[in-house]
Amino acid sequence: MSGIVLRNIRKSFGPTTALHDVSLSIVNGEFLTLLGPSGCGKSTLLRILAGLEVQDAGSVAIGDRVVDGLRPKRRDVAMVFQSYALYPHMTVAENIALPLRMRRLNAWQRAPLVGRWLPGTGMARRAIDMEVGGTAEALGIAHLLDRKPGQLSGGQRQRVALGRAMVRHPAVFLMDEPLSNLDAKLRVHMRAEIKELHRRLGVTFVYVTHDQAEAMTLSDRVVVMLDGEVLQVAQPQKIYSDPDDRRVAEFVGSPKINMFDAIMRERGQVDVAGTALSVPSELTLGTELTVAIRPEAFQLAGHAGPGVLTGLVRMVEHMGSDLFVYLDVAGVEHPVIARLSAERAPEIVTGQTLHVGVRPDHVLLFDREGRRVRLRDGAAAASVTPVREWA
Amino acid sequence: MSATRLFALPAILRHSVLLLTSALILVPFAWMVSLSIKPPGEIFRASFSFFPAQFHGAENYTKAITSVPLLHYIGNGLLVCALILALQILVCAPIAYALAKLNFRGRDLLFALVLIGLLLPHQVLSLPLFILCYQLGILNTYAALVFPYIVSPFGVFLFRQFFKSIPDDVVHAARLDGLSELSIVWKIMVPMSLPAILAFSIFSVVGHWNDLFWPLIAVRDGSLMPPPIGIMAFKNAEAGNDYGPLMAASTLVVAPLLIAFLAAQKWFVEGMTTGAVK
Repeated sequence: MSGIVLRNIRKSFGPTTALHDVSLSIVNGEFLTLLGPSGCGKSTLLRILAGLEVQDAGSVAIGDRVVDGLRPKRRDVAMVFQSYALYPHMTVAENIALPLRMRRLNAWQRAPLVGRWLPGTGMARRAIDMEVGGTAEALGIAHLLDRKPGQLSGGQRQRVALGRAMVRHPAVFLMDEPLSNLDAKLRVHMRAEIKELHRRLGVTFVYVTHDQAEAMTLSDRVVVMLDGEVLQVAQPQKIYSDPDDRRVAEFVGSPKINMFDAIMRERGQVDVAGTALSVPSELTLGTELTVAIRPEAFQLAGHAGPGVLTGLVRMVEHMGSDLFVYLDVAGVEHPVIARLSAERAPEIVTGQTLHVGVRPDHVLLFDREGRRVRLRDGAAAASVTPVREWA
Repeated sequence: MSATRLFALPAILRHSVLLLTSALILVPFAWMVSLSIKPPGEIFRASFSFFPAQFHGAENYTKAITSVPLLHYIGNGLLVCALILALQILVCAPIAYALAKLNFRGRDLLFALVLIGLLLPHQVLSLPLFILCYQLGILNTYAALVFPYIVSPFGVFLFRQFFKSIPDDVVHAARLDGLSELSIVWKIMVPMSLPAILAFSIFSVVGHWNDLFWPLIAVRDGSLMPPPIGIMAFKNAEAGNDYGPLMAASTLVVAPLLIAFLAAQKWFVEGMTTGAVK
């Protein structure tokens, strides 16, 4: 049961810097996800936490202990790997039992022949077998204990890897993209199981993924990382609806958020692709901005006017409950994506002209450096688009 | 119909080449076994038949075993080869693990040295090794037969290549599970590399079983001699070679190797190909 504090962690591999000065504090019992594209340093951070890599600078504390220089096994953390990293020459039972054997039995007791006859070994071994059995039972793999990992399916291997991590009751669970090797259906299923596992165990989970759906559904808080930097740490909804940084807004959300170059034209109005959008902001006139609009912030409008974008329909994607409409708008480089309700937009066809209105409270503003420009009363922005179902 | 013939033709060619080459390799073996059960008169007969008209195997084999201490030599061979192999694995596996999975300054240089070691034929080193053994005072003992081979650059190289193909995550998982670096070598890396270990074992045992060069330098006492010495005894320049017992002795010396190879054949082939791809 421990929180984690990372202070000013830096790490480079040769000339490439993997982590620039990362600081993070993780609350005891929290499910925290490190989210970012591959190569953003999230796995490196996890490895540093586990003690598998050594940071160039900075310190790691787990619970009340600073664990810098402590070897992985002394840190009381368990890790689940993307490749599962099971030992192929051992049975499932031996795989799960190994961490306990290494901790509870001394070198002589572990020895193949003599060990059995040393005092205390029998009892310790029986206790280990009991716990391995209990863990396997909890994960629904009790009938597989005598198999080798090679004879198991992906989902079963995943469970064995979880079992090996669970069996020693670590203070912190580290998971490095544990679901990436599973097929889509199983992934959704295991996602729910991991969530359930966290609820049951109540210990700190640190979860690394590049999949925003996993991050959004599992986490108490999400850390968005890019190029070795932490961009934002917040609850999943906040990451989506109230991003601090342009890159966060772009990375999270599918389909991708629409970005427009804009100029503050008059007080409370920006000029986007020839249309005036009203925004409750007090920026000086002439300021250059980036306006970001989520696809679902658009709604059908009857005619052109202020706050309405007009474009030619390039493509329509039916998603069942929703429509994704790709619009070519004059003066905008990329097609604008609007997510419209399928019922309210039944007869949209390719090539037609379409007017879409924007709800002003759903407009996000970023300055030219990509930092978020907060509205006058910050609360207005947080009046939040609901998080849609994540595929 | 024509399609099958089209595919069959290259297959026939391929197999005839394979059969021919394997025949070239097997004929001397067959001949050796055949001669070892023939009486002297039949050995030099002009016509050839595999089976003798008169079975003389018992006499030849008895003579091979009794006139020189051949079984003693074979015992020496078993002891020396087993010692060499055990020590080689004991030394090479940790070295290979360090070269494959640990990061430290000078690792690549050390590996380059291993590769250079791989290029040197053992005969080149015989004089320095002889002097070294003399200084250590182990000449004319079993130790002298074993000592020069304990560190095998080939073993280090083969194991290193194989260990490198084992994912880092497995090593990381083992560290988190509480294994020390040495237990990672013995509990994880070596069991996972069994094909490579077996392939190396075959190379090592075959090489040292048949080695005559170094034993003749390092050892003078007849009771320490390796199996090939037993064959030499029947080679006599003055009285002419005694072919029957000579071939019987050869068969006996080769037999343990053949049995070991056939038993390990599956892993041997697997080990060679896995090592080659990575």
